[in-house]
Amino acid sequence: MKKLSARRRHPLAALVVLLFALAATGGLYAAFAPADKAQADTSSQSLAIQEGQKLYSVGCATCHGTSGKGTKTGPSLVGVGSAAVDFQVGTGRMPAQQQGPQIPEKKAIYNQAQVDQLAAYIASLGPGPVKPTSQQYSPDGADIANGGQLFRTNCSQCHNASGKGGALTEGKYAPSLENAPPKYIYEAMLTGPQNMPSFPDSTMPQKDKKDIIAYLGATDSDKAANPGGLELGGIGPVSEGLFGWVFGLGALIALAIWVATHTTKARKS
Amino acid sequence: MSTTEHATDDVTARRGKAPAGEKIADWADGRLGIYGLAKANMRKIFPDHWSFMLGEICLYSFVIIILTGVYLTLFFHPSMQEVTYSGPYVPLQGIRMSEAFNSTMNISFEVRGGLLIRQIHHWAALVFLAGMFVHMMRVFFTGAFRKPREVNWLFGFLLFVLGMFTGFTGYSLPDDLLSGTGVRFMEGAILSVPIVGTYLSFFLFGGQFPGNDFVSRFYSIHILLLPGIMAGLLVAHLILVFYHKHTQFAGPGKNEKNVVGMPLLPVYMAKAGGFFFLVFGVIAIIAAIASINPIWEFGPYRPDQVSTGAQPDWYMGFSEGLIRAMPGWEINFWGHTLQLGVFIPLGLLFPAVLTVIAIWPFLESWVSGDKREHHILDRPRNAPVRTGFGVGWITWYMVCLIGGGNDILATHFHLSINDVTWFVRIAFFVAPVLAFIVTKRVCLGLQRRDRDKVLHGRETGVIKRLPHGEFIEIHEPLDQGKVFTLTAHEQPAPAEIGPEVDENGVERKVDPLTKLRAKLAEGMYGEGSHIPKPTPEEHAEITSGHGHH
Ligand code: HEC
Ligand code: HEC
Ligand code: HEM
Repeated sequence: MKKLSARRRHPLAALVVLLFALAATGGLYAAFAPADKAQADTSSQSLAIQEGQKLYSVGCATCHGTSGKGTKTGPSLVGVGSAAVDFQVGTGRMPAQQQGPQIPEKKAIYNQAQVDQLAAYIASLGPGPVKPTSQQYSPDGADIANGGQLFRTNCSQCHNASGKGGALTEGKYAPSLENAPPKYIYEAMLTGPQNMPSFPDSTMPQKDKKDIIAYLGATDSDKAANPGGLELGGIGPVSEGLFGWVFGLGALIALAIWVATHTTKARKS
Repeated sequence: MSTTEHATDDVTARRGKAPAGEKIADWADGRLGIYGLAKANMRKIFPDHWSFMLGEICLYSFVIIILTGVYLTLFFHPSMQEVTYSGPYVPLQGIRMSEAFNSTMNISFEVRGGLLIRQIHHWAALVFLAGMFVHMMRVFFTGAFRKPREVNWLFGFLLFVLGMFTGFTGYSLPDDLLSGTGVRFMEGAILSVPIVGTYLSFFLFGGQFPGNDFVSRFYSIHILLLPGIMAGLLVAHLILVFYHKHTQFAGPGKNEKNVVGMPLLPVYMAKAGGFFFLVFGVIAIIAAIASINPIWEFGPYRPDQVSTGAQPDWYMGFSEGLIRAMPGWEINFWGHTLQLGVFIPLGLLFPAVLTVIAIWPFLESWVSGDKREHHILDRPRNAPVRTGFGVGWITWYMVCLIGGGNDILATHFHLSINDVTWFVRIAFFVAPVLAFIVTKRVCLGLQRRDRDKVLHGRETGVIKRLPHGEFIEIHEPLDQGKVFTLTAHEQPAPAEIGPEVDENGVERKVDPLTKLRAKLAEGMYGEGSHIPKPTPEEHAEITSGHGHH
């Protein structure tokens, strides 16, 4: 194992992994394809798992391994649960594209039905956090103010008090939560994607999660009112200072120049 | 009795009724002697250059700050008494907060015009400090700080520093999560002071941080102590400007003894009065369209909560940068910890960055040995070392500001915050030096261009073909006034120590300070620091006779 890990930075390592992965995918497909028919099951659940598995072996297995046990380029998915898959694939983070400090959100390439199939397959590998129902994450009737308090205690150190995001070390970052859909807020807390800690129900009960979702919906969405006017990116004194210099002092200096030249002309005439 | 009455009636009858204004003025003159004052000062002359209006921008924004500040005091409660919010802002309803935060929420959401006034007050503070910064740089780069204005330079500098702290204390008053983080930051700086830090902190906060006192204490500092001192300094500053008379740029008809411009009354007063409304207008427009310090988004301060992206207002940003760039060094001996990672940036570098620019005028006059009065301003290019130093200092300040916003830079430009911090650490030492060298070169280049212009005239862009086929560009000689302006500056020679050995061959003792001074003078005024300006003879020789060369 040690030897293997020592060589993983070898220039050819990526190629070798790729070959292995291809061979494995092909092998897997050959092994499962006939079996599919044999085990034909009409229950929608196992149908979803089967479809999910197909999608998985095409889009995910290269990194996460043929049976989801993980490879050097992707962690094991056994036990991550359907919530993690729904979040990662639904927000477009998965399938990951390039290596980097943090896998960014991008346009999702699977539709919700396919995401559900992938989730069903991965959930079948081992028990984990389950994708929440709309009733769980709906902000209706939640305590917004309590959500704000919880947000400032648990989240603002990374996401900023107004949810505008912030920098973490080495190019990692906590993204802005502006207009984040309630489902993904819930799943992010439940599963703790990438560099975010998870807040399972044991430390943050469902009701608290709902409160936070309600708070973010009230303050950090397009619906939120901005009584003070332009938000200037909502990132506080840095953008305010820039704005003050450029549009405050800048305008005043322009006016000063105007006043000074204006009288010179008037005197000449 | 009746005769006197008749006499007055006669006078009135002859002159017609005096206008009310004149009557009031007569009344005031009888008691205050205003005519004498006016006679002496109404014809005071102010030269016309946009950069001389920077001081006015500061003055007017200061007035705006005071006016809006008074309105805010009517509704703000400087108390840390805990209350439960029950105002109209739903996301905070039922949250426990200090009375200070509660009353600021009240000003923002319930007091008529409250939020606008709050925003004007805050935006004006940013513009005020920015204005002072640029005003100070104008004074610096034109050499307006030279004798007799050194004291006024110091007054101005003090105004800038006090302005920073007035801003900081004001920013802390609402007791919100963002400003509370700033106060915590300041507490850290105080705690890092060796030996007395803890005592100082307990003294300032009336016990353990945050305690129940700091808002009310900051309140008296913010609305009474600092503005009081500033108002006094400001008046002194303006009296000195009046007394010294204004400086002016060189030009025909302008010399060290006169001031060419417009009289204070009525022209300058009308312009200045109008300009006040322009300043007020610009700040009010900004305050009406752009949000500043939306405390309701941050929530009330609690020591157990913190937000990322917590920065101070821009004028304190360089201190934030210093601490963010500093490695977290600490020394431990006999159970005492010396927090170098905090004390060096905030206790030593913070004052150092400011002091360096403040003492330059004194350093310059010491090195040059020039004790004459100067009322004609330098063009920055004609003082390359001073200009280089100034640009170096601004660069230094900017590097620190970048450090203060390292996280915002990282997230918005997809950089690693560690890389930004390392950039700041290196640039802190390297960038000012580079800026100095580059600026000095540019100044010398510009001097060279001036020299060419004086000697060979302005390039017209007209190409002429001579009979023998050569092409030349026609240069048009400058008019006398331009030539005068471009050659009016002095090029002092560096002060010499004199020979190291006297006429008897005995070595003179020269103390190291004098030697250092001679070295610096050589650097500042020696061969490498200016392009000799054209002498009248050179000019006469070239311009006489044939126009081509
Ligand atoms: C290019 C390689 C790559 C591909 C392709 C890829 N992933 Fe990933 N995936 C990763 C890496 C690397 C991580 C770990 C990210 C981290 O935690 O920093 C990850 C993490 C995950 C996680 C979160 C695991 C956890 O512990 O919460 C899920 C779920 C996941 N991937 C699902 C998928 C699915 C489903 C697909 C196919 C649609 C897929 N991935 C395709 C590389 C990949
Ligand atoms: C240690 C820092 C940290 C804390 C604390 C934290 N997060 Fe995060 N959060 C992150 C990071 C990093 C990501 C990006 C993860 C990714 O891209 O996979 C993230 C992502 C998210 C997302 C997904 C955003 C999107 O664009 O899809 C949501 C929603 C979220 N966090 C909510 C929360 C909430 C709510 C809390 C508090 C209960 C919280 N976070 C606490 C670091 C943090
Ligand atoms: C409260 C803030 C300040 C106000 C209201 C203010 C106001 C003024 C005004 C109206 C003038 C005359 C016009 C001009 O030259 O711009 C002036 C001149 C001057 N100011 Fe300030 N100023 C302030 C801060 C400063 C600072 C921070 C400095 C430098 C450290 C400074 C140094 C000077 C000097 C040396 C002059 C004389 C310049 C000359 O006559 O050419 N001032 N100030």
